[in-house]
Amino acid sequence: MTTDVPVLDDEIGVGDYQYGFHDPTDKYVFKSRRGLDRDIVHQISEMKSEPMWMREFRLEALDLFYSKPMPTWGGDMSELDFQNMFYFVKASQGQEKSWDDVPDDIRKTYDRLGIPEAEKKYLAGVKAQYESEVVYGSLQEDLAKQGVIFTDTDSAVRDYPDLVREYFGTVIPSADNKFAALNSAVWSGGSFIYVPKGVKIEFPLQAYFRINTQNMGQFERTLIIVDEGASVHYVEGCTAPTYSSDSLHSAVVEILVKRGGRCRYTTIQNWSNNVYNLVTKRAKAYGDSLMEWVDGNLGSKLTMKYPAIYLMEPGARGETLSIAFAGKGQHQDAGAKMVHCAPYTSSRVISKSISKDGGRAGYRGLVKATHDAHHCKSNVVCDALILDSHSRSDTYPYIEVNHDNLTIEHEASVSKIAEEQLLYLMSRGMSETEASAMIVTGFIEPLVKELPMEYAVEMNRLIELQMEGSVG
Amino acid sequence: MSSLLKITDLHVSVDEKPILKGVSLEIRQGEIHALMGPNGSGKSTLAYTLVGHPKYEVTSGMIEIDGVPLNDLDPCERARLGMFLAFQYPVTIPGVKVADFLRHAVTNIRNPARKEGESLIPMRDFRKELKDRMEELGMDVEFARRYLNEGFSGGEKKRMEILQLAMLQPKFAILDETDSGLDSDAVRVVSEGLRKLAGPQMGVLIITHHERLLEYNVPQFTHVILAGRIVETGDASLAHELHNHGYAAVRQRHPAEAAEEQEHQKVAPKAVAVAH
Repeated sequence: MTTDVPVLDDEIGVGDYQYGFHDPTDKYVFKSRRGLDRDIVHQISEMKSEPMWMREFRLEALDLFYSKPMPTWGGDMSELDFQNMFYFVKASQGQEKSWDDVPDDIRKTYDRLGIPEAEKKYLAGVKAQYESEVVYGSLQEDLAKQGVIFTDTDSAVRDYPDLVREYFGTVIPSADNKFAALNSAVWSGGSFIYVPKGVKIEFPLQAYFRINTQNMGQFERTLIIVDEGASVHYVEGCTAPTYSSDSLHSAVVEILVKRGGRCRYTTIQNWSNNVYNLVTKRAKAYGDSLMEWVDGNLGSKLTMKYPAIYLMEPGARGETLSIAFAGKGQHQDAGAKMVHCAPYTSSRVISKSISKDGGRAGYRGLVKATHDAHHCKSNVVCDALILDSHSRSDTYPYIEVNHDNLTIEHEASVSKIAEEQLLYLMSRGMSETEASAMIVTGFIEPLVKELPMEYAVEMNRLIELQMEGSVG
Repeated sequence: MSSLLKITDLHVSVDEKPILKGVSLEIRQGEIHALMGPNGSGKSTLAYTLVGHPKYEVTSGMIEIDGVPLNDLDPCERARLGMFLAFQYPVTIPGVKVADFLRHAVTNIRNPARKEGESLIPMRDFRKELKDRMEELGMDVEFARRYLNEGFSGGEKKRMEILQLAMLQPKFAILDETDSGLDSDAVRVVSEGLRKLAGPQMGVLIITHHERLLEYNVPQFTHVILAGRIVETGDASLAHELHNHGYAAVRQRHPAEAAEEQEHQKVAPKAVAVAH
């Protein structure tokens, strides 16, 4: 049995993080040198045989990246060394349609993460990205026949140039922020999804992101277009080995939900504690559509992520459910942005953050309404649970509204696990750890019950893992 | 052989303030004891101390079940040895469903050696048992799906305590004013519920101001606590007398404790609230 699993990193101690193993990297097809410059960007573009417009897009973005200062708010990024990273690592020749064709080491990783199993049971399609590129992809045949496109973004640039060119970079311009610029310069992999008019995809499409190399930068780029009256649920999961030095994950996710469409994007982020997770996610929701972000952040060293929804036309609705769990050495600066650009739009944010063992979890959110966005409604509820006295929770709600003709509600609460709650559960035979985990599970239950069963189970299991041995 | 809960010369402090000053008590499985006393005399302190509330510090004395000392055990370990407290003020645990909570609790109590993460008792058996017990207590089975004590009325909370008692079947049950704050119908339901549950396998300590609970569950022993000491022990008629005539006669018979009680209330009027 032990010969079947990848190498466990015994030297540095993977602790409680069960995805901390890493695979050998000596069979990789290509690995760029450390650091970032124009040559690296050229090299990435070359490797992908991209059209000229994309190469120019990258080079422009690189200049923007250089010109933009680091954010001075959020988390501590002083140890983030852009020149020490590997920006492009290609682990296998190409994308396979059968798990049997995926190189052994890589396939075993996904086996261990349970992806092929999940695919058989309840997924409509899967993408597995390993390092910089997607190594496996599938989509149910009947969906392909209905015109659904689910491919990696590299292939999409090649195979669907018109669609990609029309929308790529339109929701999040390269100039949006330093990390969006960085992603635009060196992006690789990610999912491209197109759901044609009226097509409703019943089961989720899932993408799985895995970083294996130390000091790796993963920059996937996802573009989802939900056409009129169509619907899709997209799920992403993320893990990485536990190394003693840092990796960077900086994705850009752009979504368009057209009139009457519906898109739910669920993230279960479980990076190891040495990954900077600095992600820009934004959706534009058109008339009578619904966009939902379900954002679970359990891993990483520092996460800065504020999924945004721009409500573009009357009747558009946006909803963000956010769970952030910060343990030892972790800082989760998570949140949501709701921008009401049209009248009669509505938004809702529910955020639950948990901090323990010195971790820091917070909510940073923006609700904004343009001057003609009258009759809008927005409701923001953020609750924080702090498990011990040396952990921390922050709430930064920003509201930018220039007129009165709308309703904005904001509620925030911070609580600690009361001694009385622990006593009550323990006096019914539960250990302290079990009792704390039960209280935490109850705290996030209003969000977890929104998830499909499989993900709810996964989320509760991850919470329990986070809680184990944490109390004392 | 029936089990024995033995309390020997127990001294307990809260925030370094002595509350119990030498309490001794023996309760066997199958016996019903009543504990009565004025506010602030230490009744709830004794209840919390027995289940291991960390705020209540045992400064000397001993608590044992069948010779096993409990003093250094946490509340979970005590529960697994058969100790149960029906709380006077049950707390709310938001987001935790009654059924999930009870399934964990029942599994742990019936399988005291269980480690975290080990499997729970089978869902089907558990559901049936829970449904049966709820029906016996006249509870709507919908309660199983509600969050623990969230939005419950006072009566519903107390009934939930009795349901837990029914499911966990402890060796020793302490009921801390389970009948307070209830209307007479609710008191009847709780009293009848307890009567059904208390049998030869359960030792019961009823802490109460009222008589109703004791009418349904006649105590073999009634103890009177004053200023942190048990000053008198009698049978059911003592409870009856205290109910009808109050504590004036007891105070007269025990002037030293009565003086201490007065002193205590002058010095620390908040001690009553702490003892809750």
